Amino acid sequence: MTVLRPATLAAALAARSEHPGALLVAGGTDAMVAINSGRLRAEVTVDLTGVGELASWSRSGSTIRIGSGLTYTRLIAELGDLCPGLAMASRTVGSPQIRNRGTVGGNVATASPAGDALPPLVAAGAVIELASTDGVRRVPIGAFLVGPKRSLLAPNELITAIELPVARGPQQFSKVGPRNAMVIAVCSLAVDVDVASRRVAVAIGSAGPTTLRALEAEAVASAAIDWTTGALGDADLARFAALVAQAARPIDDVRGTAAYRRHALAVLARRSLGWSLEALRRAVA
Amino acid sequence: MKYSTTLNVNGIDYPVEIEAERSLLSVVRTEIGLTGPKEGCDDSECGACMMLLDGKAVNSCSYLALQAQGHKITTIEGLSEGDDLHPLQANFLEQGGVQCGFCTPGMLISASALLQANPSPTEDEVRIALSGNLCRCTGYDGIVKAVLITAGELAAQGA
Repeated sequence: MTVLRPATLAAALAARSEHPGALLVAGGTDAMVAINSGRLRAEVTVDLTGVGELASWSRSGSTIRIGSGLTYTRLIAELGDLCPGLAMASRTVGSPQIRNRGTVGGNVATASPAGDALPPLVAAGAVIELASTDGVRRVPIGAFLVGPKRSLLAPNELITAIELPVARGPQQFSKVGPRNAMVIAVCSLAVDVDVASRRVAVAIGSAGPTTLRALEAEAVASAAIDWTTGALGDADLARFAALVAQAARPIDDVRGTAAYRRHALAVLARRSLGWSLEALRRAVA
Repeated sequence: MKYSTTLNVNGIDYPVEIEAERSLLSVVRTEIGLTGPKEGCDDSECGACMMLLDGKAVNSCSYLALQAQGHKITTIEGLSEGDDLHPLQANFLEQGGVQCGFCTPGMLISASALLQANPSPTEDEVRIALSGNLCRCTGYDGIVKAVLITAGELAAQGA
């Protein structure tokens, strides 16, 4: 294995162009586990931790641009108010030590159906910024994630940033697992409430080939909520939860059964939208 | 192909010649010879390999040794001053936070990172800080007590 350690984005893009398909390593929390176990053999590895440009975030109006190399630890400390749903999900990643290394860009690049950061990004309608020596393109995350560990990332491209709106209302993230730390989600769920547009978005993790939106559930909730008070009837909340469970496409695997995942998702959906609307009612009261 | 690099561990520069895919843990243990950090799972699950990288705790098994060039690495061997135990080490012994000892180096590294960042943690904060470190002997109680007692002692010294 050859390791390239570019110090600038331009050098990283050149390395990726010269060695298409080279293994990209940032925090290494996914890649090194696979290398240690012998599952992953890379001829060429590009270490991205020397590229300072990737490890920052910025705000432009109502858009947050998160560099792909921003660690979860920094995201939690610095973006908890602007992107609360993503910060909540980030707090559930691994352990504090994993969060010191792991990056949001790595989570997107790995494209695991169980990636913790993915549901809040999908619910918020995040856009993935991809760069190569040929230029830059922006792809909505829903289109970028095409299947289990499969994405639209081209062999000569890097994920340079993730763009998402500043929270437009209450957000929630919840996750089921056997303990509070060091857990790959059995299932997870993100709710994103856009108060001005009177729209609820919900994304499901670890219960389908990739992160899924529950569009019918979103439409039902968005129409049923009294947006001036934040009220939602119990029957409508139950219908929302049932539609979320229906939108999931879970399988039986080592972490849980499909039936359990559907059941748990309905519970997460009911609670997460309930908590979001409680926050909305406090805000409008 | 081997790479020549220098790793700064516990304040000492060690020149090493290593293959690219080597983890920081494997290089520190077998090239540099510091065997305090342990390989439990090699999978980032157990935390026995924990080291400080510029003061932040990381799982050294899932870190390329080459990535550590230019950073300050601290292992458990760097925590004590010669034979004088770090207060965390003394309290781990006092509180029964050590049984078989395999997790202890990693626990101490994570605990020292916590106290650097948050000198007076709550019990919940201690448990979260140690959530990436598994211990199969102690039931964690003595470990958590030792960290809280150390925090109290350090606060009393500072006051």
